[in-house]
Amino acid sequence: MSLAVSAIGQGLLWAVLGVGLFLTFRILDFADMTVEGTFPLGAATAVAAISQGMNPLLATLLAFVIGALAGLITGLLYTKGHIPILLAGILVMTACYSVNLRIMGRANVSLLGKSTLFKNHFLASLPQYFDSVVLGIVVMVVITSIVIYFLQTELGQGFIATGDNQTMARSLGINTDNMKIMGLMVSNGLIAFGGALVAQNNGYADVNMGIGIIVIALASIIIGEVAFGDLTLNQRLVAVTLGSILYRFVLLLVLKLGFSANDLNLISAIILALCMMLPVFKHVLNFKHILKRGLDTND
Amino acid sequence: MTKPLLELKDVVLKVNRNTPEEITILNKLNLTINAGDFITVLGSNGAGKSTLFNAIGGDLSIDSGQILLNGHDIAHESVEKRTRFLARVFQDPKLGTAPRMTVAENLLLAERRGQRRGLMPRGLKHHLAHYKELTATMHNGLDQRLTTATGNLSGGQRQALSFLMATLKRPEILLLDEHTAALDPRTGQDLMHLTNERVAQDKLTCLMITHHMEDALTYGNRLIVLHHGQVTYDVAGADKQALTSEQLYSFFAEIE
Repeated sequence: MSLAVSAIGQGLLWAVLGVGLFLTFRILDFADMTVEGTFPLGAATAVAAISQGMNPLLATLLAFVIGALAGLITGLLYTKGHIPILLAGILVMTACYSVNLRIMGRANVSLLGKSTLFKNHFLASLPQYFDSVVLGIVVMVVITSIVIYFLQTELGQGFIATGDNQTMARSLGINTDNMKIMGLMVSNGLIAFGGALVAQNNGYADVNMGIGIIVIALASIIIGEVAFGDLTLNQRLVAVTLGSILYRFVLLLVLKLGFSANDLNLISAIILALCMMLPVFKHVLNFKHILKRGLDTND
Repeated sequence: MTKPLLELKDVVLKVNRNTPEEITILNKLNLTINAGDFITVLGSNGAGKSTLFNAIGGDLSIDSGQILLNGHDIAHESVEKRTRFLARVFQDPKLGTAPRMTVAENLLLAERRGQRRGLMPRGLKHHLAHYKELTATMHNGLDQRLTTATGNLSGGQRQALSFLMATLKRPEILLLDEHTAALDPRTGQDLMHLTNERVAQDKLTCLMITHHMEDALTYGNRLIVLHHGQVTYDVAGADKQALTSEQLYSFFAEIE
């Protein structure tokens, strides 16, 4: 029971990353590697700020702002510097590693004895793991609502059009460079925000905690899509959160099977690869055809 | 009544600048477009037709010369800025619409062409009835598919939608770049008729590139021929009416 609650709580906290990455991966239609740097950047920012005595909520919001700045740099390299997006992301991600070490002063900083978002009276009074569930639900409802509202605005529609057909967007007067920069800023802001939440939940920030983040965030997106099929854009955003929770249950299952926590990156990669290849499998194996033939011969 | 709307003065445009492969595509091109002109643009491949459109649209920057809109030089304005007065329909139906957005959403995007887009709700519902009427004028079933993603439409429907989007908010200048060329002959002719109707009805100023000599003769009040980056033939009004395809063919034979 408590394991399931823990999985739901973790799924909700990590879902922020899925929604953040959705903006670039699904709407702007490219893979932004910056997130591997902005996730620990958010964690480092929040932990350092809290250690200096800043209010945890302000520290978490500061993490969003710093993450957005990293996204801004990727965006400028990509749109104004004409560096391919994959490389622009890797450059900023690599740079973030040094920045994170500067912010934290060492590779790992603990929040032991410090105040965090999870240590307010109400959350602390809840049974074990329910704090992350409650906080996760509040965060996801707020963030998902804001993103859904934004995508239905005139600006949001221009943002979607940029990812869908850049030539058309430009011919309608949409400044596609600005849209991409904005998307990268909000996306990385959310990823850093997620990093701040996870660090406070774990009780520490580690300079290596960004490794494999893009795979985890993609897994929530893809699992949500595979599990719920054809959805509208708004429904797909909600499905990201559900996908993130499902993903945590898959990890739980894998750990139960006897794999160690050190195997999780390998397993995450395999799960994501399988989910992404599902359409190919369906086509190659042609399930319906095989099924039909099997029935025919039985007749 | 006629006043110059858009003037191109000695426009030079080169590609592969400062390399051994430098080519001059527009070579001191001069063209004056009057308000209400419907100009068909002819010319062989490489004559500079599409480049002319890209120079007007801002996709390519010019090396020298002026592009004047109502007397103001717009040669250094960005593509986005020029969309305030300019709308385009491309040859490839895929270029004109956003495939994952619905027909209605695409139209709504076009509604704000060249204008600021803010954080106000898009207000799609208020426009649906109008879009239904509008798409019904295309007579190709588009009005039944307002909530369909445009990626699932036929090429003809997509191109008709692109045309509607370009004319939804009346542009001062409409550029049609062989917009019926990718369609089957019948669908292409249907769209051509609709184009002609709409241009006349809204008194649009329009440039249309075509490779169909018949279309070039039938439609529009003026016909120009581009050759080696210059306007080598420019005929309007009654003279254009009197022009025959034989005359045009022999003219082409001469310049080649």
